[in-house]
Order: sequence, then C-alpha cells, then structure tokens
Amino acid sequence: MSTRRIRVLVAKPGLDGHDRGAKVVARALRDAGFEVIYTGLHQTPEMIVNTAIQEDVDVVGLSMMSGAHRFLLPKVTELLRQKGAGDIIVLGGGIIPDSDIPMLKEAGAAALFPPGTDTGDIVTFIREACEKKFEAAGV
Amino acid sequence: MSLFDKKALEEQKRNLDEWEKKVAGMPERRESFSTISSAEMQRLATPQDLADFDYEKDLGNPGEYPFTRGVHPTMYRGKVWTMRQFAGFGTPEDTNKRYHFLLANGQTGLSVAFHYPTLMGYDSDSERSRGEVGKCGVAVDSLRDMEVIFNGIPLDRVSTSMTINPPASILLAMYLVVAEKQGVSWDKVTGTTQNDILKEYIAQKSWIYPPRPSMRLITDMIEFCSKHVPKWNTISISGYHIREAGSTAVQELAFTLADGIGYVQACVDRGMNIDDFAGRLSFFFNSHNDFFEEIAKFRAARRMWARIMRERFGAKNPRSCMLRFHTQTAGCSLTAPQPYNNVVRTAVQALAAVLGGTQSLHTNSLDETLALPTEDSVRIALRTQQILEEESGVANTIDPLGGSYFIEALTNRMEREAFDYIKRIDDMGGIIPAIERGFPQKEISDAAFRYQRQLEKHEKEVVGVTKYNAESRLDIPTLYISDETERNQKASLAEVKNKRDPEKVRQHIETLEKVAAGYENTMPYIVDAVRDYVTLQEICDAFRRVFGEYRDPAYI
Repeated sequence: MSTRRIRVLVAKPGLDGHDRGAKVVARALRDAGFEVIYTGLHQTPEMIVNTAIQEDVDVVGLSMMSGAHRFLLPKVTELLRQKGAGDIIVLGGGIIPDSDIPMLKEAGAAALFPPGTDTGDIVTFIREACEKKFEAAGV
Repeated sequence: MSLFDKKALEEQKRNLDEWEKKVAGMPERRESFSTISSAEMQRLATPQDLADFDYEKDLGNPGEYPFTRGVHPTMYRGKVWTMRQFAGFGTPEDTNKRYHFLLANGQTGLSVAFHYPTLMGYDSDSERSRGEVGKCGVAVDSLRDMEVIFNGIPLDRVSTSMTINPPASILLAMYLVVAEKQGVSWDKVTGTTQNDILKEYIAQKSWIYPPRPSMRLITDMIEFCSKHVPKWNTISISGYHIREAGSTAVQELAFTLADGIGYVQACVDRGMNIDDFAGRLSFFFNSHNDFFEEIAKFRAARRMWARIMRERFGAKNPRSCMLRFHTQTAGCSLTAPQPYNNVVRTAVQALAAVLGGTQSLHTNSLDETLALPTEDSVRIALRTQQILEEESGVANTIDPLGGSYFIEALTNRMEREAFDYIKRIDDMGGIIPAIERGFPQKEISDAAFRYQRQLEKHEKEVVGVTKYNAESRLDIPTLYISDETERNQKASLAEVKNKRDPEKVRQHIETLEKVAAGYENTMPYIVDAVRDYVTLQEICDAFRRVFGEYRDPAYI
C-alpha cells in the first residue's frame, strides 16, 4: 500500500453558493486523513484546474447544485486533459438528475455522489481509486 | 403577574416530585431525547415550568404587544395565510406560463425565483453564465424580461415577492416600471424584495459587493420606498437559508434577528425615524422537521422582535414591533430516495408554520431535491396548504397551542438561548464585525457537520435514507431545462441591446458610477437606467467598479 498522503481539492464551480455539502465533505475527508484544499465559492473551471495543478492533487471533487453541471464538469475534465493532468480523478456531487449521470461519466467523472451519501462511502471510493492510481504509477 | 397561585404550585410540585420518583426507574427507549437541532427535550412540562408566566407580558392578545399569539387580532379567521409558491425557470415566457397556471389553481401571491446569473449580477451572455441560464430560476437581463414575466398579471391585484439580494434595487426598479406601464401607480404596488445581504455572507452566499457598500444600497432602497412605494416590504430578513446551510433552530432565530438589528441600526444611523420604516420590514423563516421546536421558534421570534424594537430602538408605533413572516418548508429535509415521502414531511412542516402563525407559506414539491418541480408536483404542494386551510380546522382558533406548558416553556427557552447569541454578537460590535470574523458562518458549519456525523452514527435517522431504505430509488418524472433556453435568452438579450440608444446607455452608466461614488440615493438613477433598458449586469458592473467585489474567505 502506498504511503503517499492523498491530496483532494474540494471545489465549488459556477455561481451557486450552496456550500454546506462541500464543507461537510471537506471536513470528513480531512478527518479521514486526506490533505484537503477547498477552493471557496464561485470558481470558474479555469480557476479550479489551475489550483488542482498547482496543488498537485490526486482528486478533484466538484460540488454543484444549480443545474450547471452539464457544462461545468465536462469543462473541468477537458481543461485537465489539455493541461496534461488527465490522470486527476474527478468526482461530482450535489443535485444531479439520474438522467445526466451517463453524460457526466462519459465526460470523465469517476463517480457521482447524490444527496444523502454517507461521507464514509466517498472516503472509501477515493482511497481505493487512489491506491489503484498510485500502484499504476509506481508511487 | 403569575397565572398560578403560589400555594397551588407548591402542591403541584410535591405531587410531581412523587410522580418523578416513580418514573425514574422506568426504562425508556433512549438515554436522552433531543430535537433535530440537538436540543435536549424534557420528559414532561408542567406548571412548574411556567411559575412566573405572565399572560399580558409574555403573550398578550393576538394583534397586541408582544404579539406572541400573532400579529393580527383575528389571524386566520380574518384572512388565511397567503399561499405563495416560489417559482421561476427557463425563459421569461416559460415563467409567465407557470404563473398563470399557479394563479388559476388558487395560489394567492407570486414569488419569483431568478436564475443564478441574475442573482449574482451577470447577464445571460456573460462567460460566467455559461451552463446556468434558466436552470434554477428565470433569466432576467433587462426590463424586457420583467415585462414578459408579468404579461397579463395585474400588479395592483397580485402581490409579488422577489428572491433577489445584491441586485434587489435593480429588480424592484424594473418591477416599478412594469407597473407604471400597466397604469398602476407605485403607491398601489405590493410585494417584497428579499434584499437581505447579511444572510448572504452568513449562509446563502450570493453576494457581489463587500458588506458596507451593500448596506448602503439597502438603506437607499428602504429610504426610497418609505417615500414612494409605501406598501412595499423592502426587506425580508431571512433565516431560511441560515437553516438550510445547517444551523440549529436557535441559531436560525438568533442570527436572523441579529441581522434585523443590523438593518435597523443602519437606517437609524442614517437619521431615519424608526417608525417611518420599521413597519415595512418583514421576515422569512424555515419550517423544519421538529414540529414543536419550529412552532416555538416562530412564537419566540415574534416576541423577541417586539421587545427588541420597543426596548432597544424605542419604537412607538405597534406596527414597528410586529414580526410578519413568510415560511418555506425545509428544502434540505427532502430526500431523493423514496421521494413521495417528501409530501408527508412537507405537510407536517406546513402545519407547524400555520400553528406558528405565518403570514405566507411556500410548501416544497416532492421532487425539489432532484430538480425544479413539475406542474403535477407543484399542484400537490399547493393542495397540501389548501387541505390545511379547508379541511383540518387548524385555522379556526387563534394560536391554538398557546398556553401549552410545553410550547410556552420551549418558546421561553428558545428566546433565552437566542438572546444569548445576540449578546455575543453585540459584544463583537454587531453583526457586521461578527460576519467579518466568520462567527455565524463557523457556528453554522459546525452544526451542519455535527448533524451529518449524527446521521452516520445513526443517532439521528432519515426515513428512506439512513433507515427503512431497502427499496431501490424510485424514478419520477422531473422538469428538464434544455440547453436551448440559454440560446433563446441570449438571442432576446441581443435584440434588446440592438434596439436601444447606445448613447443614453453610456450616459446612464456614467451617472450610476458617479452616484455610487457619492452620497446621493442610488435608487432614482437605477429606475431611470432600467427604463432605457440598461441591463442588470451593466448596472452591477458600474457598481463593481466603484465598490469592489466580495470574495469567499473559504475556510472549511
């Protein structure tokens, strides 16, 4: 098992200000031993991608409540790939209708966590996904 | 004067002590019983809890100070609460159609939900608006859009509430011009702008400018309306979003009233007479799951505000002491799995609001945790209120729970705990310094995290999510806002921009910047600008250049 500490960026893209979920998840991830960076509100996809690269994170979690996820999440994954950071795991959470999930997964979301998710499930998912990633990269 | 005879109380105390000795050994389901806000609840309330209870001082008759039993002498026997469903989506045309549907179904007031770009001061053609247009509210860029939204709706007969904060003065200006064009004079226009920036910094976080210039825009509007739009509720001081962000019931109560104190102080500091504006302040609360805690919260809010206005600010007019409020059932209590359960939750929450004496009510639709509501689900939500009114009998007698040992003791306790918070905020120098040091924000996120932990440890349960969750997710039809909305709205905006006089627009923007940098009231200049179709973002950008922008402190 890798000894590298997992680094997660919790991000709020778009104009919506509902940060209860993002903050609760950020705290739970920190309590689970991850290094957590929180972007704060009202971030553009460009701002989020720049922070993710600067902070050298393994995971970006996008919290979206306004219905703009169909634009925002694909834009983040596209920019990550363009900047050579396509290996960063992208997760989504918030008010996302089931019918949009296939489209978001196709755009590169590794998982989507709806309201009511146990934060323990997010921790487990990140840990397993990162272990695979670190092994593959020989870290 | 106490309602209870001293000797009778002593006798009852002896009797109660005996009973408690008997009960002490009996097993109970849990070690302790607490509300959703983690407030420990007593086993039984008795006259002992109300030993000093004074009917005139603590309750008063309905319509009389301190208004604990309600702000109107006849309450729902005179007029039932206004059924006001918050609605708005897509283009102005889509929303106009929904409003006609709601009014045809017996709704009695309108409440506009704007999309995020409008809330944040951007037009639909801004890069910042990509993906957001029409998604969680209706797109409004210019006067043209407000004209479409209220097409065929007589503004002298329908009252309208607008959930809008930093750009509130711009949307009110547009509304006033629409009224003018309908031939309705401003003194007949009724409704509410939320216009509560303090709770934006605390909880909902749709802000543009820093706190102090924001407060100036708000006092400008209050002053303007006190002269020209006398029936307009200039501000709806909101606890709703504070609660949705995860606060406890007491925090919702305390921070909302602390915000109210902040606005009143700002107006008094400008030299306004308290009784000239205080009667037009209104409030907005959440109605959450814990039935009695919510009812006690509403009753405590009325009494606290009355006392604050009279004792702290010296208000003379009884109307200034009345806390009139709108209620919305708790959006954050809705669950995505087993969505039909939400109908039941909403009904219980709505009942609490009515028993708490609300002036207007929005009941959430069962699908609002998935998307904006469909017509079918909105109809059930509205019918829920109509069943309470027409069938349940709860509107027959005023404040029917008044005098319950438990409700009165809980009302007293919530008042005490909320005043403790207000004292702490006063000690920090008031609500603005408290916000600047992140105090209410931190209290709320701590409470939100505590509740999440309680759910995960099953100390609290959510039916259908943490318990009784065996059934799979149930698919229900939801409203879908297509990406075409964005294209259509951008096209309408381009047309508006093409048709107007660019020189006039330039002059308006220049004037707005000048006024913002000075001390004059901004409101008349905003009205002039929107009349010539200067857009929302153009006005906000002018103010941004003068006031600067607020940034999220971004602590976890």
